[in-house]
Amino acid sequence: MLAKRIIPCLDVEKGRVVKGTKFLELVDAGDPVAVAARYEAEGADELVFLDITASHEGRSIMLDMVRQVAETIFMPFTVGGGIRTLADAAELVQAGAEKVSINSSAVKTPELVTAVADRLGSCATVVNIDPKRVVRDGREVWEVFINGGRVPTGLEAVAWARQVEQLGAGEIVLTCMDRDGTRNGYDLEITAAVSQAVSIPVVASGGAGCPEHLADAVDRGPGMGMADAALAAGIFHFGQCTIREVKQLFAKRGIPVRPVEDARDRTHVSSAPSTASLSDSSSRSV
Amino acid sequence: MKSVTIVDYGSGNLRSVQKACERLGAEATITSDPNVVAEASVLVLPGVGAFGDAMRELRGRGLVEPLQRHLATDKPFLGICMGLQLLFETGREGGDHTGLAAFKGDVVRFEIDPSLKVPHMGWNQVRWHGDSPVPTALGSYYYFVHAYHARPAEAADICGTADYGGEFCAAVSRGRLLATQFHPEKSQQAGLRVIEAFLDRYAGRP
Repeated sequence: MLAKRIIPCLDVEKGRVVKGTKFLELVDAGDPVAVAARYEAEGADELVFLDITASHEGRSIMLDMVRQVAETIFMPFTVGGGIRTLADAAELVQAGAEKVSINSSAVKTPELVTAVADRLGSCATVVNIDPKRVVRDGREVWEVFINGGRVPTGLEAVAWARQVEQLGAGEIVLTCMDRDGTRNGYDLEITAAVSQAVSIPVVASGGAGCPEHLADAVDRGPGMGMADAALAAGIFHFGQCTIREVKQLFAKRGIPVRPVEDARDRTHVSSAPSTASLSDSSSRSV
Repeated sequence: MKSVTIVDYGSGNLRSVQKACERLGAEATITSDPNVVAEASVLVLPGVGAFGDAMRELRGRGLVEPLQRHLATDKPFLGICMGLQLLFETGREGGDHTGLAAFKGDVVRFEIDPSLKVPHMGWNQVRWHGDSPVPTALGSYYYFVHAYHARPAEAADICGTADYGGEFCAAVSRGRLLATQFHPEKSQQAGLRVIEAFLDRYAGRP
């Protein structure tokens, strides 16, 4: 069965990981390569690098960083932030990113999504959607915002999600702005609505504060988020919990998950995988 | 030192495949030269994108004939993702396209269960068959990213399966050929062990 993915997200400014990481023992905790390698060893299923560098000059630094990360880790990673043209996207994939994520430019120039999907494949084309709950004409609307949540677009999140799928996106990262940074849990209602509205994978983002929140985001039960993956930043970077703890909880709740030990050399190999049930996963040290 | 040749037909970054081979102690050359491909002892065919585009690129570079000769003479061959799909007779993405036809069967879109997301993206578990070139004890999760999957006509060609709303073909093998729908080069240690099994078993012999 396809495992639900757990994805640490790293903010990068001028080639440096910012907003802190818990890896104090690393000689250089701001080194994206060292941090990526560390998350790989901890069992992360993917990584996201978000370039928050304001200036255009940052692009060549970012490309260097992508090359170095790709040279070091053996797992997929996505790069987002400031992608405005097909050339921006193509360069990142050529440098070794598995996927690129497009946010503000998808709203401003929707044809960019199609161009990237045609050239690099839908599987490599991710669109970020940042909804906020706002009241328009006396009723609540889940409005899409761009430019880091500052600019309203007039687009409704579920309709926009369907549209980006039509445009060629192969995945959506959904960051609910009302929850982002709160540690109060993902917005499960919006997440489930978007996830059910499209037939492409949806990554829940914004609000993770504990392992239960990530499990709720991907759980398929009533009132849960029904996402395909859960993205989190602060709780991993600052050591509130480890990826292993999140995966242990997933297994306990019957959510399909890739055991952490798979990330490393396996000295103890289980029997035929077809017989490995979820209870097996939880009894193994995930 | 083991030496492998990675076929470049314009399908993106091949460094991850090269890096994985290097990590396992093999020398890995990336080429789009049909003469180099024709002379190669061990070929790796990676690839992403659409079936029809990939075949057009292979044809345009004169790579179809040396690839088919390599396959017909049972020289060591590792196919990855699109490199597995291209081995079949027909790809059904955007109309019917003729493939390298080393295996009987076609390549179709996931329509096993309409409630499942497509592309099939992420880590899924592969059940290796008893006669697979990959030791079956290596039951593990590998990274997949694809919307189409192969439907081999001969069950005996399948050496590994995964489950996504039903069983689908995750790997095929025959002679000194191994091809995987997942990306071993992006599947951490579990993936490296697959490439290692291929190199150890097949790439060491003349």
